[in-house]
Amino acid sequence: MNQDQPMKGQQIEAGAPLLRVEGLRTEFETRAGAVRAVDGVDLEIRRGEILGLVGESGSGKSVTGLSLLGLVDPPGRVGGRILFEGEDLARAGERRLRHIRGARIAMIFQDPMMTLNPVLSVETQMVEAVLAHARVTREEARRRSRDALARVGIPSPEERLRAYPHQFSGGMRQRVAIAIALLHAPALIIADEPTTALDVTIQAQILFEVQKLCRETGTALLWITHDLAVVSTLADRIAVMYAGRIVETGSVAEVIDTPRHPYTRGLINSVPSRNRRGQPLAQIPGMTPSLLDLPRGCAFRPRCPRAQEDCQEEPGLFGAGHRWRCFHPEPVPAMGPATEVRA
Amino acid sequence: MLVFIIRRLTQSAIVVAVMSVLVFAGIFAIGDPIDVLISPEADEAERAAAIARLGLDRPMHEQFLAFAQEAAKGDLGRSFVHGVPALDIVLQRFPATLELALAAMLIAVLLGIPLGVWAGLRPDGIAGRTIMTGSILGFSLPTFWVGMLLIMIFAVTLGWLPAGGRGATREILGVPFSFLTADGLAHLVLPAINLALFKISLVIRLARAGTREVALQDYVKFARAKGLSARRVVGVHILKNIMIPVVTVLGLELGSVIAFSVVTETVFAWPGMGKLLIDSILQLDRPVVVAYLMVTVLLFVVINLVVDLLYSLLDPRIRLGGSRS
Ligand SMILES: Nc1ncnc2c1ncn2[C@@H]1O[C@H](COP(=O)(O)OP(=O)(O)OP(=O)(O)O)[C@@H](O)[C@H]1O
Ligand code: SF4
Ligand SMILES: [Mg+2]
Repeated sequence: MNQDQPMKGQQIEAGAPLLRVEGLRTEFETRAGAVRAVDGVDLEIRRGEILGLVGESGSGKSVTGLSLLGLVDPPGRVGGRILFEGEDLARAGERRLRHIRGARIAMIFQDPMMTLNPVLSVETQMVEAVLAHARVTREEARRRSRDALARVGIPSPEERLRAYPHQFSGGMRQRVAIAIALLHAPALIIADEPTTALDVTIQAQILFEVQKLCRETGTALLWITHDLAVVSTLADRIAVMYAGRIVETGSVAEVIDTPRHPYTRGLINSVPSRNRRGQPLAQIPGMTPSLLDLPRGCAFRPRCPRAQEDCQEEPGLFGAGHRWRCFHPEPVPAMGPATEVRA
Repeated sequence: MLVFIIRRLTQSAIVVAVMSVLVFAGIFAIGDPIDVLISPEADEAERAAAIARLGLDRPMHEQFLAFAQEAAKGDLGRSFVHGVPALDIVLQRFPATLELALAAMLIAVLLGIPLGVWAGLRPDGIAGRTIMTGSILGFSLPTFWVGMLLIMIFAVTLGWLPAGGRGATREILGVPFSFLTADGLAHLVLPAINLALFKISLVIRLARAGTREVALQDYVKFARAKGLSARRVVGVHILKNIMIPVVTVLGLELGSVIAFSVVTETVFAWPGMGKLLIDSILQLDRPVVVAYLMVTVLLFVVINLVVDLLYSLLDPRIRLGGSRS
């Protein structure tokens, strides 16, 4: 499944991942104190791989995505290492980051109503994206933009190019955003809940489209979502995030079929599934804790059905390949009903 | 778009009609011009003749109808004092005021927008705070006081710039303008700055508030994520969005700058409409005051219309209608 072939003209040591994030830390200095939205996150994405980053609202998924490209709003501060194609982006200057943004790493955001500038035509917004990284004439930039629109399935692209964002439907706008992301054949696309704001049918179309385009071009994808069902059909691997930390990571099969962290188990149980039809959905009790007032030790402790005395200590990572951050992991079931989530 | 223009024109016509009634009624509130116009020695017969000649003996609604009929033909009566058409007197003074107002607006935009955007991008920086403190001063210091201060410093103490008047002018299409000669420009600088002061503060605040809001929008993040330079993100993506409120408010303010340049014109002896208004009120020259007010009303209406059109040009959501495909 992993397409470990390096892109043309790129010197990559064999086996090295495209992106390796180590100890990523993002803090916001607020009046109430320092908010550590991302707290020691490790991630790895290989070329052409799709990694699903899952977690509840406020767990720090968006901040993680933005931190990778140096796009967190002030007063955010980013620490740790972000190794991308052999370069530490956490140390890169604004100039260097600008050359990577949109060219090597592209980004798609959640709300397509908000990601295109309402007062600029689609043409302006696409042509400027081409010209930001390619020394070509305006006509050539325009031609590339038109082709990109055609590629994501926008009918009569020549005409649509002249239109303004408000003249597109939500799904079409997201297609434009995806077309922009694909302009420079990036090695990685960070997609922050790109289908959450769309109708279910459009969601499925976009999902299919993005997956197809990424597989075709060998683009890796960091797919951020709170929807476990979606990500399990799409991704190769999953990372589960809770209160700024990765609490479980592994292949889709490992994480969905044999979840070890009680939080992951809770997420799976709250997904509607065919087997449990008619039964009430199991919600995880309690609420996401405030980042300003995290419980001592394991942050999930107040909501955890398996918590014990020793959970007042900070759990490290257990396991290899499939890893989890828990002292008392869920037992491995002998083929559980959770498999149904993937259907 | 055409429907839009026609609708706005109709609204404007109604506003002008209503305002003419108000202006006419209001003018009766300021004294009896006869006392000023006729020498105290005049006898009853002379007095009655003068009153009849000026039409002051007829009831108010008749006077208004006569006024409205003539006004529709572009005749706003003759000045009691100068004996020439009141409208001509006002229009003759109009270029001076317009020049002063436009110069003030230009200064407000050229200084206010960059300062406001800067303060908006770094609201907590030293520069940002300094700019905001400065804008509070601009808001709270009285115009006449600042005007006199400017004269004291730059005209009296330093002697760099003249203290009053329009200086030498040059004509374009028969209309005299100061900014075309070095001497006129020197005369324009101080009053323009004085009149601009309040507007600079206003533009700074608008631009800062707009920038702070727009800078947090997803489309700005998306623009940065495309790898655009900071200059393009600020100069195109942010600026184009904040220009919508700035142009709207500034356009509306242009009317008030013209109407209320009275203070600055008086302080700097700038021979514009504002100074004319003050003089005419003191002399109870009703037709001139009416003409001034009507011209001002028309200006406001025209400016509002132009602003609306500009606004729709800047915002494609209005220009092209809110339809989604
Ligand atoms: N500019 C900021 N200043 C202060 N705190 C912030 C800022 N941006 C994000 N945070 C905090 O960081 C935490 C994580 O936010 P984030 O947007 O990454 O969550 P998320 O997992 O993407 O949630 P959602 O599913 O709602 O998008 C939140 O608690 C939020 O309050
Ligand atoms: S470490 Fe303890 S509290 Fe945390 S998830 Fe595991 S069992 Fe629950
Ligand atoms: Mg988010």
